[in-house]
Amino acid sequence: MKIGVFVCHCGSNIEATVDTAAVAAASREFPDVVFATDTMYTCSEPGQDEIVAAIKEHNLGGVVVASCTPRMHEQTFRRTVERAGLNRYLFEMANIREHVSWIGKDRESNTNKSVDLVRMATEKLMRNRPLYSKKFDINKRVLVIGGGVAGIQAALDCADGGLEVVMVEKAPTIGGKMAKLDKTFPTVDCSSCILGPRMVDVAQHPNITLYAYSEIEEINGYVGNFEIKVKKKATYVDWDSCTGCGICMEKCPSKKATDTFNEGIGKTTAINIPFPQAIPKKAKIDPDFCTKIQKGKCGVCAKLCPSGCINYEMQDEFVTEKVGAIVTATGFDLFDWSIYGEYGAGRYPDVITSLQYERMLSASGPTGGHIKRPSDGKEPKNVVFIQCVGSRDKSVGRPYCSGFCCMYTAKQAILTKDHLPDSQSYVFYMDIRAIGKLYDEFTRRAMEEYDTKYIRGRVSMIYPQGDRLLVRGADTLMGAQVEVDADLVVLAVGAEAAAGAGELAEKLRISYDSYGFYMEGHPKLKPVETNTAGVYLAGACQGPKDIPSSVGQGSAAAAKVLGLFSKDQLESDPQVSVVDIKRCIGCGKCIQTCPFGAIKEMEFRGMAKADVIETICQGCGICTSTCPQGAVQLQHFTDNQILSEVNALCRF
Amino acid sequence: MNKPLNYAYYPGCSSTGTSLEYDMSSRAVCAALDINLTDVPDWSCCGSTPAHTVDHSLSSALSARNLDQVASMGLDSCVSPCPSCLANLKTAKHRMEDAGFRDKVNNLLDKPADTRVETKSVLQILVEDYGIENIRKKVVKPLTGLVVGAYYGCILNRPAELMQFDDLEHPMAMDNIMEALGATVVPFPLKVECCGASFGIPRKDVVMRLSGKLLDTAHGIGAMALVTACPLCQMNLDMRQNQINKANGSKHTMPIFYFTQLMGLALGLPEKELGIGKLCVSPRNVLDAIDANLKEKAA
Repeated sequence: MKIGVFVCHCGSNIEATVDTAAVAAASREFPDVVFATDTMYTCSEPGQDEIVAAIKEHNLGGVVVASCTPRMHEQTFRRTVERAGLNRYLFEMANIREHVSWIGKDRESNTNKSVDLVRMATEKLMRNRPLYSKKFDINKRVLVIGGGVAGIQAALDCADGGLEVVMVEKAPTIGGKMAKLDKTFPTVDCSSCILGPRMVDVAQHPNITLYAYSEIEEINGYVGNFEIKVKKKATYVDWDSCTGCGICMEKCPSKKATDTFNEGIGKTTAINIPFPQAIPKKAKIDPDFCTKIQKGKCGVCAKLCPSGCINYEMQDEFVTEKVGAIVTATGFDLFDWSIYGEYGAGRYPDVITSLQYERMLSASGPTGGHIKRPSDGKEPKNVVFIQCVGSRDKSVGRPYCSGFCCMYTAKQAILTKDHLPDSQSYVFYMDIRAIGKLYDEFTRRAMEEYDTKYIRGRVSMIYPQGDRLLVRGADTLMGAQVEVDADLVVLAVGAEAAAGAGELAEKLRISYDSYGFYMEGHPKLKPVETNTAGVYLAGACQGPKDIPSSVGQGSAAAAKVLGLFSKDQLESDPQVSVVDIKRCIGCGKCIQTCPFGAIKEMEFRGMAKADVIETICQGCGICTSTCPQGAVQLQHFTDNQILSEVNALCRF
Repeated sequence: MNKPLNYAYYPGCSSTGTSLEYDMSSRAVCAALDINLTDVPDWSCCGSTPAHTVDHSLSSALSARNLDQVASMGLDSCVSPCPSCLANLKTAKHRMEDAGFRDKVNNLLDKPADTRVETKSVLQILVEDYGIENIRKKVVKPLTGLVVGAYYGCILNRPAELMQFDDLEHPMAMDNIMEALGATVVPFPLKVECCGASFGIPRKDVVMRLSGKLLDTAHGIGAMALVTACPLCQMNLDMRQNQINKANGSKHTMPIFYFTQLMGLALGLPEKELGIGKLCVSPRNVLDAIDANLKEKAA
């Protein structure tokens, strides 16, 4: 094979600490290398054209590019060699940027290491074979996990684009965090007026199947052909016949159930509909508080239900859905602020979270839209807002900014003045982060038109004084201590990854960062893709986001799905395992170790043999290291190819 | 108790002067609970506030020598009643984990110091090693009717990484002991606030303001007395209470006990052994009220 080597400067990224010309010169001495050069930006148009020209001029049979990580540009260069008429797998990449120039300062050592990496790549390339993709049919249905505003947007966009959508939501109603909000910033328009109709659209869209109060149990398959097992949690109410009339809720004698929708402000009944605008508007029983389920007595709801849909014996149910793509829109949860001893760690009833306050402001909330102190139900005079509770605080493992708290705090300060004109709001802040259209103007309005006192500094202590709370903090602009008598303290609690985000990521086989937020395919260029084909992200599951950004991502993810489904068939990756049937002894070890269930047993002339299902195989290579006979070989990474790389590295 | 509790005892300089009653009552309570305290032989000052404000290595040298003395006793833990001593002894041990600093300190000493011993406060061993429930069993004269607030001061459990004891913002050790002794404990919101500490000497006004606030708050929540675990806190609140009243125009007559004094009373020890008479603000009314309550109950 005639091989050409291209060593990239990557501007100064590589050239600064690697002598690329020397690497190219050394490469010319390798067997089979007939051409080697160094180029400024190999990935640029002139850089790619140089490769195409060299292939033609020197009649090259394979190409090595020494540059960045294959994660960055392997696809780019495979297309380049294809353009020049070579098979795309007759190409190898040596990573001399992430693995060499960015991590070492010694130019001589770096150059030597780069030469070694190029030598390995050429040795492997000599043993590369042309590989060809196969085409397979795809199922053009899409699963949307999570029914918050991002998921709703993705589902509606897909459904309007003609796709069948399956939405799975773990709460009894869709709407997510946005449904709990009273108003939205910076327009102060009613949250449920803009979200409510979209929730109804989801319920009524002929292309959308909604599983509320359900969770993802299992995900199998691959892009184009996923098989999803959904757990429908027992609601103890037959949702097919429940009309949402609410009689059960009116009459239920057990009134101490946790009101999750209202963030624990107030209690609800054991059988309940989360809120009047819930979608689906169906009742469910909280078994922990139901007297009938706990003690076998009561049964009031079953007696009164006009459609006879109560079933105390109901069990979880499982359904299977087949889809071709998945949009993950599982959102976020609030940081558990009780870790902060200085804010009372939950001892003081009049210290509440921003989302609890939001429920209190909402006309459909537990206080009917009246601001009342949880302790005595009185209207507060002084309301203190504390920002960055569980955000930008390394000491609690949350060094990141949650992004939206500055804005909703300004909104809540404005709403406080609207509700209680005699009140005075104070905001303790670190920095005001109001980047967004009309955002900074909005925070200024809170200060200038609504007379909110902004104090730049942290709060060191909250303690009760009589029936009020004394909030002590620093004013870092004045260089002074400040004390504010507060009737109510609202903590702007930061966002963290949703509970169970890690487990779901493992089922989806996508990666997440150290805080549990899902990793996008590329921080700039693939914001809604993941590294697993066919799985997309939308909204705050990827990192804290406000409503406009979440909606934007929902639409972006839908566009990606519609793009994927614009073809009837997809091409499979030929880098999969293949069984050499002559060597296979049918021991079945590979079947046991394959994490994807991609190998099955078959019979060949009366003997058991392993057989790889190409579309399921992910090319991980575990079977090849398991096989005692060397009968399973991963295409493009065969034992011989890997050993040749090792030999190239260990020549002495 | 299954295992006898043995500790080296480091009294600290205050114990020989301003907080004699803390030392007396700590020893008496431990003796009554069969906790063996053996005085550290030839102990010296821990360095206190003056040393570490001037030179960290000199300060640590003083503390390290004392820790070395404990090691030579063959005991692995040392207790001190004073939070300030405790902070210095623990800081020295912590800083000397750094090899460079350790060499610097050892150069100042006759021989390299063995600083492996653990230091705890008297309060910590009573709560963690002896146990609240065991204390409750030993009470013979419950403090019925005594409404008390627990005041910990700012350094008893801070910095948290170093002191490794109780909650940083909301300690409960003394509250729990007082409750076990039969007292009514009112939640004292300023339990970890500063009393003004040694500013009593250069800037008395600071102590008047800070300690004054503590007394006002304690009075406001209905406490008959405050209980402390720190000689400096106790001195500012007790000895300077008249000065505070004069400076702030207040009229406090609030007894400030060491927690060990109240423990001793509940364990039935005589007042004399506990140094009750050494308190500046007379606790007579409060103690009489407890006695009256007890008699009423008995009758």
